[in-house]
Order: sequence, then C-alpha cells, then structure tokens
Amino acid sequence: MAKPLAPSTPVSPGDDGDLTPGHSRGVSRPGRRFAPRSFSLKRMSPAVLITLLGVLAVLSIVLFMTIDLRGNLSYALTRRGIRVGAMLVVAVAVGLSTLMFQTVTSNRILTPSIMGFDALYILIQTALVFTLGSSTLLTASPSLKFAVEVGLMVVFSGLLYRWLFTGGNGSLHLMLLVGIVIGTLFRGFSSLLQRLMEPSEYIVLQDLFFASFNQVDPVLLGISAVVVALVAAVAWRLRKSFDVLALGRETAINLGVDHRRIVTLVLVLCSVLVAVSTALVGPVTFFGLLVVSLAYQTVRKFSHAALIPIVCLLGVITLVGGQLVLERVFGFATALSVIIEFAGGLLFLYLLLKGSLK
Amino acid sequence: MSAPVLPETVAADEIPAAAVRRTRKISETTWLVLGSAGVLGLAFASLFVGVSDVTLPQLLSGDAEAWELLWISRLPRTLAVLLAGTAVAVAGLIMQLMVRNRFVEPSTVGTVESATLGILVVTVALPAAPMILKMGVASVFALGGTALFLAVLSRLPVRNTLLVPIVGIMLGGVIGSVTTFFAYKYDLLQTLSNWMIGDFSGVLRGRYELLWIVAILTVIGYVAADRFTVAGLGADFTTNLGLNHKAIMRLGLVLVSLISAVVVTTVGAVPFLGLIVPNIVSLLFGDNLRRAVPWTALFGAGFVLVCDVIGRTIRYPYEVPVGMVMSVLGATVFLALLLRTRKSHG
Repeated sequence: MAKPLAPSTPVSPGDDGDLTPGHSRGVSRPGRRFAPRSFSLKRMSPAVLITLLGVLAVLSIVLFMTIDLRGNLSYALTRRGIRVGAMLVVAVAVGLSTLMFQTVTSNRILTPSIMGFDALYILIQTALVFTLGSSTLLTASPSLKFAVEVGLMVVFSGLLYRWLFTGGNGSLHLMLLVGIVIGTLFRGFSSLLQRLMEPSEYIVLQDLFFASFNQVDPVLLGISAVVVALVAAVAWRLRKSFDVLALGRETAINLGVDHRRIVTLVLVLCSVLVAVSTALVGPVTFFGLLVVSLAYQTVRKFSHAALIPIVCLLGVITLVGGQLVLERVFGFATALSVIIEFAGGLLFLYLLLKGSLK
Repeated sequence: MSAPVLPETVAADEIPAAAVRRTRKISETTWLVLGSAGVLGLAFASLFVGVSDVTLPQLLSGDAEAWELLWISRLPRTLAVLLAGTAVAVAGLIMQLMVRNRFVEPSTVGTVESATLGILVVTVALPAAPMILKMGVASVFALGGTALFLAVLSRLPVRNTLLVPIVGIMLGGVIGSVTTFFAYKYDLLQTLSNWMIGDFSGVLRGRYELLWIVAILTVIGYVAADRFTVAGLGADFTTNLGLNHKAIMRLGLVLVSLISAVVVTTVGAVPFLGLIVPNIVSLLFGDNLRRAVPWTALFGAGFVLVCDVIGRTIRYPYEVPVGMVMSVLGATVFLALLLRTRKSHG
C-alpha cells in the first residue's frame, strides 16, 4: 500500500501502523513498547486467533439465546433462534461479499453497499412490485421469486459494475463517487416509485425489505442459509486465487489468473450475497467495511484462508454480541444498524483521511 | 451563426469595438429578461395546478373562494418555490467558489444534515419553540457542520477533486446517523423524514414568510460573489489583493449555513440543486462570475418550479414531494457530470 507523499498534518508514526496490515511499526517507539504488545492480535497464529474468535462467537450466541429466558421456553427459543439465524446469515453474507469485493477491486475502502448494490436490489424489488403488482409476487412461490430477483440483480449489477471497473480504468475516487451517486439515484428512484404505488401495494413492499431481525420469515431464512453456505463454499475454494488477485490486476494476470472471468464470478457471488442479506434485513451500508477492516487489523499475512473465517466470525460477534450488549446493557431495541452506520461512517472517514485509499 | 455581411462602403476596421461589445451585452441581457419572463410565466401557470379548482375565469369574475385559495395557498407556495430555488442554487455556487470544487454543495458537505440535527435537538428539547428559534438553532448547527467539513478538508492528505465530495457525503452520512439515532429514540422518525425530503405541499400563508430572509441573503451573496472566488484561491493570494481572507470565508460560511437552515426548516431538504445548477450555468456560459450569479438564480428557481409541477401532476390528485423528484433528476445530472469528467480524463 503506497503511502501518500508526506501527509500535510503531523501524524505520529506509531498510530500509522495500526491500519497498515503486515507491519508492526511503532514497536520501536519507547512509549508503546509494553502495553499494546501483550494485546496484539497480530502476534497470534491464525489458528489460535480463529479458535479464540470462534469461542467468542459461540459464547455470544449462547448468551443471546439464554439470558433472561422465561415463559414459554420453546416459543422463546424458536423466536430467538430465528433472530440468531438471520444474524448469522447476514454476518457471513455481508462480511464475505465485502472481503471478496475489496480483493477483486484491490482496495480497502469500496464495499458492495457503498457502491450501491443493495440500493439496486431494492430498486429491482420495487420495480417488480410496481410493474407486476404485489398479488403476483405474493402468490408466486418464494423460491421462484427469489431466483428471479437474484437473477435480475446479477445481470444488472454485472453489467453496471463490469462497465465501471473495466471501462475507464480511471481513478478510484471517480469510481467511488460514481458508485455513491448511483446508489443515491437508485434509492431516489425506488422511493419515487413507492410513492406512485397504491398504498396497499406499498405496505407489502415495505414488509419485503424493512423486515428487521425480529420479523424474519423462516422459509426465506432457510433458503438464504443454504444459498449463503453454497457461496461461502465457492469462496473458500477460490481462496488461493484471491490471494493472487489481492496483488493487483496486472500482477495477477502475469501470474496466470484469468482476471476478467474471476472478477465477473466474484461480482455474481457478491450480488447473490447482497440480495440475500438485503432481502432478510434490509440495507446495512457500513457493516461490511467495519468487519473487514477489523479483520485486516488482526491478521499478519494476507492469506484468505485465514481472512475468510476471521471475517465471518467477527461479523457474527459484532452483530450478535452488539445486539446483546445494546439490548441488555443499554436497553435499546433494534438500533444496532444505526450504531453500525455511525461507527462505520467514522471509520470510512478515518480511512480516507489517513490516505489509505490508494 | 454566419458572420454578418458588412456593407461594401464600410471598412471592417471602422466599426468601433465598443459597439460590437454593446450588442453582445444587450443580447445577453435580453436573454436574461426572456428567461425571467419564462420562469414567471411558468410560475403563473403553476398557480392553477392543484386539487381544488382555481381558474382564470373564476378569478376574473371575482369568485371569493377562488381568490381566497389563491392568497392563502397557491401564491405562497409558488413564492416559496421561487425563493427556495434561487437561494439554494446561489448557496451552492458560493460553496463551490469557496472550496474551489465543482462537486460540492450544502447537501454534499453535511450542512443540510447538520441543520436537520439542529431542528431535531430543538424539537426534543423545546417542542413548543417558535419557528424563528428552530431556525436559529438549525443555523448554529449548520454552521458547525460546515466548519467541521472545512476543517476535515484542510486535513486531507491529498486534495483530490473527487475526494472532496466523497468526504463531504460521508460526513453527512455520519451526522445523519446521529440524527436517526435520536429520532428513533424519541420516536420522531416520521417527522424526520418530513424534513429530509423537500416538500412544498404544506406551504400556506403565514408559514413561509421567513423564506424572505433567504432572498436578502441571496442578494448579499450576489454582491460579495467576486470575493468568494478570490478567497477560493487561498489565504496568501487573498491577502496580497488586500482582502481579509478569514472574514470572507466567515461570510460565505454564514450565508450558506443560514440559507440551508432556513430552507430546511420551512420546506425541507432540496438535494443536488445547488450542485447541478451552477454546473449547468458554467457549461453554458463559462466561468464569468458576474454573469453566472443571475443565471444561477434564474435556473434554480425554474428548476425547482418544474420539479414541483411534475410532483404535483405525476400522480394527480396525490402529490409527490419535490425533494424526491429532485433527487432522481439531480442524481442523474450529477452522474452525467461525473462521467463527463471521466471522459475528459481518459
């Protein structure tokens, strides 16, 4: 990662190393020698780290399921089980899609949602209800509906982002800004179409993507879990190619990777994952950025064999653990996504200001 | 356009240059007058768009009900549209001059989001606060938000044209999530969405008059426009020209923040307007500032007017808020502007 020429503001060299994976600068600074060292996750071997995170993830799930459990046990457990299931699916879908997306675009700041993927999904949903009517969509079998939506999404996003990433080979900033504006455009267009609908149709539509973690449809959750598991398996098989892709487009091509093919494949996989997570709980813009940045801070090497499980586990810990803390400690109900948005936005700005971009 | 054929008897060098310049100037003034007439005509026509009947024959025959409707609802609405459109477009222009970036405006640097947060804070703390107090607090927040953006901007390691709006949009997103958080906590999410989407349907006599404040601010902006250009060139340059850089920046900050705050409190956010209008004007007429300001004001008013009429007719008899129409049209134009940049770069 090339650092920008001398930053205009005095940045202490010690802080710098935290965001630069694979380096532990700042160790030489006398003041920092003791405390951070013992905590440094980067010094752990990946296996130990993954085990540790796995334990934490299981712990947060168990706590989430059992704390304050009373009344009708099987009812409460089923309800909580569905919520946890939805969080697991979303954590894996968002984390994995962001990781893959960042790898094929060789940067640490783009995510599918910042580039408007989930806004596109909502637009497609809205356009379908608008043109076909909610009754057609409601009576169609959920799996057929899901297949059609994901298919449309893959085609559109494939065309759009292939054009964006391969067309101009211009600046990353331009691409990012275009992505943000495209997302805004999609959102504006969806809300316009929603306004133009019959109110009853709108209510149906709203239920489709503003379902929070509390009202997830079990059948949809089942389908999504299977789909996410399949995509995760494909991603896992591709882990070695990802390591090569992370070296950048030219290097990857020189090393014999079919860049075009694999980028297209990854965009398809990302569309599927985004469609799944958005259908389940609605858009979460910065969650992926947050989790993947955290993951990069904890691994020593850029090995996707380590990154993939770490991202998934961190996602689970953040979602389930975060929800647990919010509900039990602070007494809020479902504001987690808002907090993630806030923290993720700050992180994004921080990355921009640090010059991590490019 | 073919060059005018000169009469044989007059040699080319005998035509005084001043005369040529004057004819050009007159023709542009004429265009400006024609444009204003067009916008006014459209404004007049928009008085007759709506659910209950107000027609010209009714008015001429002295129908009391129709006249009342005109005075209480239609005329205030059209005036509010014109005032807000003009002011927001000029505020965008000022912002662009100050930051020297074509892709910024109050809604892409967090000013609008900060103003919204301000209104939320007043609404929670003092639900019965009068409008003027809400505006005051919103203005203070807008000032803070814009100042924060400028501070962040000066810390950017690379001053990239495209990075500036990205940082601004994200800053707005962060401020927006704080607003959503508190709106959620105090059960004001629905009220919040009213402020976030510009909508003139609630404008009645007695509820828009504070928008005249922005007319005054716009005039101040016009008078001081040249200074903002100079200030955008940097503190040293400005000081060399004998101007006070800090004072100019402060004036610009106050103007932009006040305009945004007043417009958001009275009608809600009007996204992208301040961005696309100055850009279109600059495409059409170049970067001569004295010429740009009146055209920006005119286009701004006309653009909002057209969007408002579209919003009123597209789903008749229901209304689509102008902010929604604007966000679709505005984002499309913004995208086109960005891709133009791409073409010229690559």
